[in-house]
Amino acid sequence: MSRLHAALQDFDALDALAARPTALSRLDPRVKILATLGFILTVVSFDRYTVAALLPLALFPLLMAALGDMTLRSIGRTVLLASPFAVMVGMFNPWLDQRPLLSLLGYPITGGWVSFTSILIRFGLTVAAGLVLVASTGLPQICAGLERLGVPQVFTTQLLLLHRYALVLAHEASRMSLAHELRANGKAMPLAVYGPLLGHLLLRALQRAQRIHQAMLSRGFDGQLRHRPSLRWQRADTLFLALCGMGFALARQVDLAHLMGQLVLGWLR
Amino acid sequence: MSQPVVALRGLSYAYPDGQQALRGVSFAIGAGESVGLIGSNGAGKSTLLLHLNGVLKPAAGEVLIHDLPVMAANLAEVRQRVGLVFQDPDDQLFMPTVQDDVAFGPLNMGLPLDDVQARVAQALATVGVSHLAARAPYRLSGGEKRLVAIAGVLAMSPSILVLDEPSAGLDPAARRRLIQLLSGIKHTRLIATHDLDLVLDLCTRVLVMREGAIAADASPEVIFADAELLARCHLEMPLSLQRRT
Repeated sequence: MSRLHAALQDFDALDALAARPTALSRLDPRVKILATLGFILTVVSFDRYTVAALLPLALFPLLMAALGDMTLRSIGRTVLLASPFAVMVGMFNPWLDQRPLLSLLGYPITGGWVSFTSILIRFGLTVAAGLVLVASTGLPQICAGLERLGVPQVFTTQLLLLHRYALVLAHEASRMSLAHELRANGKAMPLAVYGPLLGHLLLRALQRAQRIHQAMLSRGFDGQLRHRPSLRWQRADTLFLALCGMGFALARQVDLAHLMGQLVLGWLR
Repeated sequence: MSQPVVALRGLSYAYPDGQQALRGVSFAIGAGESVGLIGSNGAGKSTLLLHLNGVLKPAAGEVLIHDLPVMAANLAEVRQRVGLVFQDPDDQLFMPTVQDDVAFGPLNMGLPLDDVQARVAQALATVGVSHLAARAPYRLSGGEKRLVAIAGVLAMSPSILVLDEPSAGLDPAARRRLIQLLSGIKHTRLIATHDLDLVLDLCTRVLVMREGAIAADASPEVIFADAELLARCHLEMPLSLQRRT
């Protein structure tokens, strides 16, 4: 099985997860969007050299994943898949910022390495939270929630169609890669083949997208999706949001990791 | 014939790459008729179907649906009257669940929500897939996808049902079920297909296309008895009519 095919199965599994009835999927999508947004804002609001104070925030995605019956493995795999972006963003920090900031077991650690670590942690936390949001809610519900929160419909329609066409493109790519694999006799694809292959993929995906669009037009599509999942804000939703808000405020104001460390040290003494 | 449901007059179309797909096609279909559209690959069948609801615009000639010319001003009405089921159901089904997908057309017609729900339930019951309502379309089998695609079109209450290769890719049992379903639907029907036995089962009239034009227009018995015509159009006698030697 091609790696692309495996990645696609992950993607499909993510979609299927949202359809399962879990404690998390029963919450109103608006609550989950607001909580995730609040979480991301809290994470990025810390100073660039913050490392330890960020760690308690990992409780949020972990808790959400547990409430949504998700395995840490599936989330971790997707976070790793996206991690090259974060590495690229921070990879020059250790060269640019060589000021020693702290020392660990006698070795000096520069500010660049600390900020690089901080970027990786922030990336891991925010991407994991986003993934849990999508996996527990499903994109159609997220779009409905966004719309109710005042996001213009032109954006939510784009997002929904992007999701649909991304799947179409990925399936086309998966078929092409399988076709290559079956006749490649175990050899890797030469670089020169990539160009024509990608061009071919684009043309195939365009043709298919055109047929999908024609089918939509045939059923009276006029640029507006009228599908409206019904949303109901309940007391559990308010409670969840209030708890999340208090948790984020606590993590932002109090250095919980430091506090825990002091507690443990005090106990040891 | 009473007032035709569909009338084509001198329809011509060329693709942007210059390939002439339709050359002066004219015919009319009356209310309640069930017409088969056959011809070799590339004869112009699918291109013709896309003209019936204005997805493609002719270079010359015109299409009339219930005397209403297919043009920009009438598109909404035409697309409600002409229900087009695409060859590949994966092109047609795109909403997250089966019931959302079947509701897509009625919602676009601006119907109230209660009406939409009633139509969705009715359409799903007609094709016998009510139990799939909450499923994701891309997780269904080929036969189920085809039935859902037909339900999505039926929910718009079209007066003519146009099907492009409805039996392609179906296993024999699903194909038989489809034929039974289609023979029970009382719409005016135009079915483009390579499945000549399906034509024999469902159609009272056959249009044969060759190189973008209508090569013959007659009853199935006449068409399938004309060996010279069939050979010229890359067709064969339906298997059920062939004598095994």
